[in-house]
Amino acid sequence: MPNKLAVTGAKAVAIAMKQINPDVVAAYPITPQTPIVQYYADFVADGLVDTVMVPVESEHSAMSAVVGSAAAGARTMTATAANGLALMTEIVYIAASYRLPVVMPIVNRALSGPINIHCDHSDAMLVRDSGWLQLFCEDHQEAYDMTLIATKISEKDDVLLPTMVNLDGFITSHGVDIFEPLDDGIVKDFVGKWEPKYPLLNIEKPVTLGSLDLFDYYYEHHMQQEAAMKKAYELLPEVFEEFEKISGRKYDFLDLYKMEDAEYVMVVLNSTASTAKYVVDELRDKGIKAGLLKPWVFTPFPKKEIKEALNGKKAVVVLDRAMSFGKEAPLYSLVKSALYDAEQKPKMGSYIYGLGGRDVTTHQLHDAFEDAINDKLELNEQKYLGLRD
Amino acid sequence: MPLNIKQLVDYVDKNDWPFTQGHRLCPGCNAPMVAKWATLTAKALGYEPVVGAATGCLEVSTTIYPFTAWNVPYIHNAFENVAATITGAEAAYRSLVNRGKVDNKKVKFIAFAGDGGTYDIGLQALSGAIERGHDFVYVLYDNEGYMNTGNQRSGSTPTGADSTTEPVGKAKAGKLQFKKSIVDIIAGHEGVYAATASTSEPMDFMKKMEKALEFEGPAFIAVLAPCVRFWRIPESSGPEMTKLAVETKYWPLWEYFMGEYKVTKKPRNFKPVSDYVTKLGRFNKLLKRDDSAEVIEEMQKYVNAKWDRLLALEEISKDKPLRTKI
Ligand SMILES: Cc1ncc(C[n+]2csc(CCOP(=O)(O)OP(=O)(O)O)c2C)c(N)n1
Ligand code: SF4
Repeated sequence: MPNKLAVTGAKAVAIAMKQINPDVVAAYPITPQTPIVQYYADFVADGLVDTVMVPVESEHSAMSAVVGSAAAGARTMTATAANGLALMTEIVYIAASYRLPVVMPIVNRALSGPINIHCDHSDAMLVRDSGWLQLFCEDHQEAYDMTLIATKISEKDDVLLPTMVNLDGFITSHGVDIFEPLDDGIVKDFVGKWEPKYPLLNIEKPVTLGSLDLFDYYYEHHMQQEAAMKKAYELLPEVFEEFEKISGRKYDFLDLYKMEDAEYVMVVLNSTASTAKYVVDELRDKGIKAGLLKPWVFTPFPKKEIKEALNGKKAVVVLDRAMSFGKEAPLYSLVKSALYDAEQKPKMGSYIYGLGGRDVTTHQLHDAFEDAINDKLELNEQKYLGLRD
Repeated sequence: MPLNIKQLVDYVDKNDWPFTQGHRLCPGCNAPMVAKWATLTAKALGYEPVVGAATGCLEVSTTIYPFTAWNVPYIHNAFENVAATITGAEAAYRSLVNRGKVDNKKVKFIAFAGDGGTYDIGLQALSGAIERGHDFVYVLYDNEGYMNTGNQRSGSTPTGADSTTEPVGKAKAGKLQFKKSIVDIIAGHEGVYAATASTSEPMDFMKKMEKALEFEGPAFIAVLAPCVRFWRIPESSGPEMTKLAVETKYWPLWEYFMGEYKVTKKPRNFKPVSDYVTKLGRFNKLLKRDDSAEVIEEMQKYVNAKWDRLLALEEISKDKPLRTKI
């Protein structure tokens, strides 16, 4: 592998998958995820991986086959976006409840309707309560790295939960950028071998999976999923540390940019963070103490870390690329609740932006910061950046 | 080598039941017979069955946590996706054998589903799985309704049968459509083994199951398997009713193999379809209507035409396979 590659984000993810070389990939194309599975199909066709690929007839079957395959004991991956994820949703919940360590890159795109193929986070937010870990990626490097990290955390003995790796549709998936892949051997060692505990294919010790779980056990099984989530929260720092050792790249629950002495903080997911960092720098040049908080980990939601990072700040603007009709925007409501018992609560404002791929400009982000700086934040009012009159 | 009674008895003597007692299906239900015969055939022939099931009576009644009636690997995922689930497991098996992580052990993947999970909501996944050519056997226990949820109509419910979502009422004689011809739909995939079977003919079913298991590709068997509860028939009468179904041309026994059709049972004397309809309590409300004779007459015409068509298909397709491989 060369030290640096200039490719699309979709290709960066496909390269990570190729290095993992899972036993089975079942997938169905949907823009803007399509290139990932196309690249992967090329790898299979050219014999660069010996994965069994199952090109199913729908996302519902993709996730169903993934469940069958992962339950059988195979390291299994798929990828999707938007409506594909919506169609999978029923089985997305089932995959988590069966404790299957599946990894699924999600190329974030707006959910219909009306139909729109461009970036926003409504797909990821649709399944935020499904029991999957959710990692978010600003750029190609992060998308590549998080795909490897996801495999590692999902397969931890005490976790055994599936993970979604979110990257922004078109912006990350189709834009070309430079990233540094690791050597194949290093990746292989890092992800290691997957040794399932109770695989369906253990003929000697047959298991029954997917029982009818009535009122006498269902509740307890849900508690076990919750316990696994807590374990994931505990073990993620370890995995990040291990990853840092092989890559030199440091991850955490939160990407904190110029936060130490920041007074005005923007909270945002994925690629918009790059624009926000630029805006923070511009404000800093003017002597304004701006900062950025970008969650790398969204589920399990790092409530404690967010509280610590934002406690005592003057003002916080939370930017959501998804709406929760009739309720507060998803990221905003979570950040707000994380600050409920903060000693020094900052002022807060909720901003919707970039829906359906609407361009996100530095002006818009400046506008949100301006409100914060000029003490014009409304705690319970949702504002809209870049909305046409 | 066809499985013979002796082999079967020898296997049963081992008392190693792949599908065992302790399930909670209704007494007299024909679904467990199908599951038992199918898995037993596989075991007696030396295969290791890995089973998938769709949501429905068979699934909910055999795996009430922490109990299970399955003595072989078993997975239930959801209602509409057993075909996709089991082919995912099959793909995993191929991959893991390739990579030397799992021993090659004559593992065979068998999916069970009711008619709702097959004719209706699961049809897309089933079609996709067959088209992709996975090596699995799909066994449909056809009780002609969504029985687990209380007798709602399915794409398999017969004309004039009473169901809760298309009841026989004053203004309408229940379901007006005929049942979907599911095996023809499956046959349309061409590279497949497909057959009908009935609980009145266990040896015929096992023979077909054996062919399905031997076929290295997708295979499908539709077994008419009464729900005693909602067919409104005596508990012990399931196979008697399916025998009538065969004798009245209501449920002909036939098979399809890579383009060739074969009728596997040709009764010498047929009984009128009314003999069947009048035995099943689910038609009682229809029989009380003034137009019942007309409805039954339509059914008779239809089953006659279907029978003639089957014979014709058998004739024209004889020694003319569409394909020789998947
Ligand atoms: C997506 C979805 N829709 C509806 C249901 C409710 N449901 C569960 S089983 C069932 C009917 C099953 O009927 P069938 O496949 O014919 O099997 P049977 O119960 O007759 O054995 C239905 C409607 C479900 N589980 N999932
Ligand atoms: S309701 Fe019908 S199909 Fe279900 S277990 Fe009872 S008899 Fe069998």
